[in-house]
Amino acid sequence: MRVIVAMSGGVDSSVAAAMMAQEGHEVIGVTLKQWEDASGNLPTAGCCTVGDAEDARRVAAQLDIPYYVLDYVDEFRQAVVEPFGHGYLAGRTPNPCIECNRTVRFRALLERTAELGGDMLATGHYARVSWHPSGYQLKRGVDPAKDQSYVLHMLTQEQLSRIRLPVGELTKPEVRRYAARLGLRTAAKLESQEICFVGDGDYRDFLTEHFPETARPGVIVDVDGTEVGTHEGTAGFTIGQRRGLGVALQEPRFVVDIDAASSTVVIGGREALLAAGCRVGGVSFVSGLPPRSPAIEVKIRYRSRPVAARLEPIQDDWLVHFEDPQAAVAPGQAAVFYHGDVVVGGGTIESAI
Amino acid sequence: MLYLDHAATTPMRPQAWEAMERVRDTFGNPSGVHAVSRAAKNSLEEWRERAAQLLGEASPSEVVFTGGGSESDNLAVIGAALAAGAAGHVVVSAIEHKAVLESARFLERVGARVSRIPVDRSGVVDPDAVAAAVDPETSVVSVMLANNETGTVQPVADIAAAVKAANPGALVHTDAVQAFISRDIDVAALGVDLLSLAAHKFGGPKGVGLLYVRDGVRLEPLVHGGSQEMGRRAGTQNPMGVAAMVAAMEASAADRTGFRERVGAMRDAFEARLSESVPGLRVNGATGERLVQHAHLGFPGQNSETLLIRLDGGGLAAAAGSACQSGAVEVSHVLDAMGMGEREAAESVRFSFGWTSQPDDAPLAAKIVLGVLEELS
Repeated sequence: MRVIVAMSGGVDSSVAAAMMAQEGHEVIGVTLKQWEDASGNLPTAGCCTVGDAEDARRVAAQLDIPYYVLDYVDEFRQAVVEPFGHGYLAGRTPNPCIECNRTVRFRALLERTAELGGDMLATGHYARVSWHPSGYQLKRGVDPAKDQSYVLHMLTQEQLSRIRLPVGELTKPEVRRYAARLGLRTAAKLESQEICFVGDGDYRDFLTEHFPETARPGVIVDVDGTEVGTHEGTAGFTIGQRRGLGVALQEPRFVVDIDAASSTVVIGGREALLAAGCRVGGVSFVSGLPPRSPAIEVKIRYRSRPVAARLEPIQDDWLVHFEDPQAAVAPGQAAVFYHGDVVVGGGTIESAI
Repeated sequence: MLYLDHAATTPMRPQAWEAMERVRDTFGNPSGVHAVSRAAKNSLEEWRERAAQLLGEASPSEVVFTGGGSESDNLAVIGAALAAGAAGHVVVSAIEHKAVLESARFLERVGARVSRIPVDRSGVVDPDAVAAAVDPETSVVSVMLANNETGTVQPVADIAAAVKAANPGALVHTDAVQAFISRDIDVAALGVDLLSLAAHKFGGPKGVGLLYVRDGVRLEPLVHGGSQEMGRRAGTQNPMGVAAMVAAMEASAADRTGFRERVGAMRDAFEARLSESVPGLRVNGATGERLVQHAHLGFPGQNSETLLIRLDGGGLAAAAGSACQSGAVEVSHVLDAMGMGEREAAESVRFSFGWTSQPDDAPLAAKIVLGVLEELS
């Protein structure tokens, strides 16, 4: 079988490539060039740098597999960076990794995989694909601390049938040991936490540079309507944010609402942050169909625990009713539905209810 | 692996390896006083004389050894502009190598005006258009002898004459990096003041090149330091590289007629075979005069990135556009300048034959290409 492996230059995708090669597949490594600076070069600092591509190239050479850099700069800008900026302009908190997976990695690159004669596309994500009599299942990675199934919830049966996620079966320490055993140069490499195209800097600086409209000053008001301060642009705020509000108040205050149209940030106490549920748009289900029972667990942020909830269809969207009220429901983030380890589906949070 | 990427770089010729070997004993620093240095200096100057003879009516003092084609281009364009005062005017064609285009962009950043001359659909620069852009402040005009992607040959002699008629003080530079292996070079006949060569494009080593600088031309050095290379490029010379380059120049010049016949026939056979079998195949730049070794082809409905990877897998090395720093294929500014749409440009692949190519390579390459197209259909 010919397997195309998306290699970022990190340890996870290095090991994914190594595992595919050890399984005896014909492996081709590719790095997606997604972002470039004004001179058309890869960034030199942050994530997805020219050094990362070099690491991927060297690991591929060590594994004795062909390696190519593919140009996805236009697709990435259109499908990931533009919606990222426009999401903030609309007062939302977008998740660019999800848009990248949806449009670039598992659509454009999957199409390219077929063009390159590849049977499968493998990535270094911590999640698992398994076959079940009812169809393909997407499951959490074995390592609960690393699980990335949240950012893969949009995958369909057709996509899952052509995807391999080998490191999802391992824990991060096991991945590092695997890499070390093979002497891969990325074995001890630090992971990047940044949004790849933002690099080392603050995403707010990126927004100011690329979406100058986001730097629109406005006021900060308390839930009771009192004006308590001013700000330099709503993009600097996320629902649930406590620090950096620039206002001094006695009791803890959190961002509870962002109205981009009037450039207003609303703050309130912890209780004002709680929501009974949320409305979720653009929902897809991994099996292709909604679950028979409305009882699910839902994750409303990448780094949050799944909580019990109930699904209810409403027009083209779905309502998610939490069993217990949840804090900081941020429009733009994904709500991902689980049954235990199995991803049921998910979509984008439109609003708290 | 069948190698049809000779325009990117070509193997070293045996004469170049032998010349390198001969430098073994003359290790001295050519700038010293003693006998060891003298021997090195003599050897270097002998190679310089031999190089000058291969450029037409050039004298040895007009040959400046450099670290390669890009350095030669930079020294020519930036050196000439700086010598004339940075805030002057520079004229380049739109299809120049990046070494020239980026040099011009650098000059722009430090205050110069830059005119970029478009090309017609076959990729040819119009001498009148160049002359029309020249003004009294123009310090240097740079138009390549043949394009590195399509192989299109430019009317450099006509351009030089037109430029001199418009402003006798303007210098004319030509990047002959891609042309040297198959075109006779005569700086006097071309009428240029500056001409760049890169050794590795004609069977010499990488990291060495030369810049022909007509005597009397004022050039600000880019590498400052000692007075090596007539004060035009500081730094201890690279005698091994120089020897190998000049030996490769001699071998190329001696073989040019044969190269044109041999390689031209292979290229033509390759294109003919593909044209028969690939509906709508485009031969880019074919309406102008082309270098015999280039076949720049557009495959309708294909993506060059995919084609290159498939060809690589099938055992054929080819190229598209120019590789950027990460190795991704960039859309070519040359095809863009020729008025080709982004889609057509992204369907194009360059196959380039070279001095090691064999007659069987053409049918074999065509077979591999057709096989890949078959798989993709």
